Amino acid sequence: MKVPTLASMAAEGKKPDVLFWVGCSGSFDERAKKITKAFVKILNKADMSFAVLGTEESCSGDPAKRSGNEFLFQMQALVNIELMNSYNITNIVTTCPHCFNTLKNEYPELGGNYIVQHHTQFLNWMLKQGKFSIKGGKFKGKRITFHDPCYLGRGNNIYEAPRELIKKLDVELVEMKNCRSKGLCCGAGGAQMFKEPEKGNKEINIKRTEQALELKPDIIAAGCPFCNTMMTDGLKSKEKDDIIIVKDIAELIAEAQNL
Amino acid sequence: MTYLPNLLFLLLLICSISLFIRNINKVITNINLGKQINRSDNSGERWKNMILLALGQSKMVSRPVSGILHILVYLGFILINIELLEIIIDGILGTHRIFSPFLGEFYSLLIGVFEIFAFLVIVAVTIFWIRRNIIRIKRFMNPEMKGWPKRDADYILYFEIILMFLFLSMNSTDSLLQNLDVPNYQKAGWFPISSFLDILYANFSIPDLILLERTFWWMHIIGILFFLNYLYYSKHLHILLAFPNTYYANLELQGKFKNNSSVTSEVKLMLDSSNNSFDSSNNNESIPDKFGASDVTDLTWVQLLNAYSCTECGRCTSECPANLTGKKLSPRKIMMDTRDRLVEVGDNFNRNNSKIIPDGKQLLKDYISPEELWACTSCNACVEACPIGIDPLSIIMDMRQYLVMEKSAAPSELNNMMGNIENNGAPWPFNNQDRLLWAEEN
Ligand code: SF4
Ligand code: SF4
Repeated sequence: MKVPTLASMAAEGKKPDVLFWVGCSGSFDERAKKITKAFVKILNKADMSFAVLGTEESCSGDPAKRSGNEFLFQMQALVNIELMNSYNITNIVTTCPHCFNTLKNEYPELGGNYIVQHHTQFLNWMLKQGKFSIKGGKFKGKRITFHDPCYLGRGNNIYEAPRELIKKLDVELVEMKNCRSKGLCCGAGGAQMFKEPEKGNKEINIKRTEQALELKPDIIAAGCPFCNTMMTDGLKSKEKDDIIIVKDIAELIAEAQNL
Repeated sequence: MTYLPNLLFLLLLICSISLFIRNINKVITNINLGKQINRSDNSGERWKNMILLALGQSKMVSRPVSGILHILVYLGFILINIELLEIIIDGILGTHRIFSPFLGEFYSLLIGVFEIFAFLVIVAVTIFWIRRNIIRIKRFMNPEMKGWPKRDADYILYFEIILMFLFLSMNSTDSLLQNLDVPNYQKAGWFPISSFLDILYANFSIPDLILLERTFWWMHIIGILFFLNYLYYSKHLHILLAFPNTYYANLELQGKFKNNSSVTSEVKLMLDSSNNSFDSSNNNESIPDKFGASDVTDLTWVQLLNAYSCTECGRCTSECPANLTGKKLSPRKIMMDTRDRLVEVGDNFNRNNSKIIPDGKQLLKDYISPEELWACTSCNACVEACPIGIDPLSIIMDMRQYLVMEKSAAPSELNNMMGNIENNGAPWPFNNQDRLLWAEEN
């Protein structure tokens, strides 16, 4: 797979149009890596000029900040900012809404000013620029529901970009009882991904999965690697993972185009 | 002798208004115990927020039933306060319906409209009571609503019904006296609703009717002045505070959490000593004596204003994923605890000549447990749901910051996660050199 790093490009005296911020999940998590690869396939297919930081990338600091460790968060942020500023980065795209939110909203006060886009926004932009096109392909006619990631939706008021892309796949988009600004969290945010939940009577991801199951969808579309894991786990515990799949929008598009 | 009622009225008015001012001053003093935060920017946007959310109640209707009923009660409240102006002037001057000669037909219309609203208020309040006490809607039944908060909510409903009944009875007896051509009771007003009460009072003699009319008049105004001073002890402070609260609300995107700039200088200093490449010009910024919040005085005044403004409606809690799945966390409880603790600290401050004598208690642990704080997913559903722009999440985050940065008291899995970030730049124990391995896979 063609994945240029900023360092290698800089060595040749080149600079990409956009930095693809992969994020820790997208780099290490088995499931999330598939999202990363799907997105890169689309970028390559459209011949976009992009690069990744590769081994120079480090955690954005989001889980540290949401845990209350402002010190660790700022350490991460300042190191990342210094690195990106040294490469004169202006545009960033990322497949993780947590990295997206942190880079876009919390880095500026620490000296990192970039135009940051979530991949669903970026893909929409690419479509409008005619860089590539989407056809329904193998998902034509399927019933799809979209789970709003908190840090994309409520956190940054982005509700339509992912839906516009899904509609392009010639599918039937159905909405859960809680959607858009009233979307129910998958349970992973605020560093919950990394700890056991507090005592309660149900897991949050199960509750959200039940809302999705009410719609009897074929596919649950996600826009965040954490939501993806939570919804997949939810389906497994409901023993529905054989008939319903969870896919990131980048994966849906890449697969529909047989990339 | 004839001036006695006027004097009595004036005395009552002055007493209750000065008591009210004293209470409001207490609220202001307590809110000022919070830390500084600048919210004087962007006044255009802020006015807009206030007009939409507080005056226009735009978020209330996201739940149509309670939203529309609330708007009725709110409009009724405002309109009937116009009538109050006349009552106060009448009370001081010893006149009767002083506006009627000036306004003529329009006066009649006004009174009629007030009556219709009074009726709608009774209907709305009755439905509210049924929702709380018969249907027992879930968000009114959470543990934090036991005791005073539950009683407070019910008292207000009873109170509103009584006030409206007094208002209508006053009009009914008045209209009967008008029709009997009793001196002083000049013909004025249209009584579309109170005329239904006439059967109750029609058989009384004129002196009894006058006595009744005066009694209703007095009880109505005494009731309102009582309500004014009840506000301080009640969630109904929101009638006033919703306005400043929406004005000073956070205007940033909800995903953006505030930057703790006092940490920045320290971090820069540290990075500076390791690789000397950071500009350390502003590292003389003073380091605060505490990171995060363990008590109300560590919170900002806006967060404290939030606490006083909370209506205890529970819209936040009913959207909270943690609460919906049986966890202890309830964003409404976060706000109520903050307010209750603030009242306690405020009393302490008042009693001890503007000093807070340590009372061995704090917001953290004595009111809000770490278990509640760690259950939050930072999803912002509570912030989005609040009809008056309250931000419970910011308090949760400040308290987490205290737990982690001052007490190193994060759950152990989170400590592992943070250790990983520190050592390998990822929340999992992976080697940073392996970050690009995915590019070689298919
Ligand atoms: S931000 Fe926290 S407290 Fe608010 S709704 Fe989400 S989980 Fe509940
Ligand atoms: S914080 Fe807002 S939504 Fe929650 S109970 Fe108070 S007023 Fe209602």
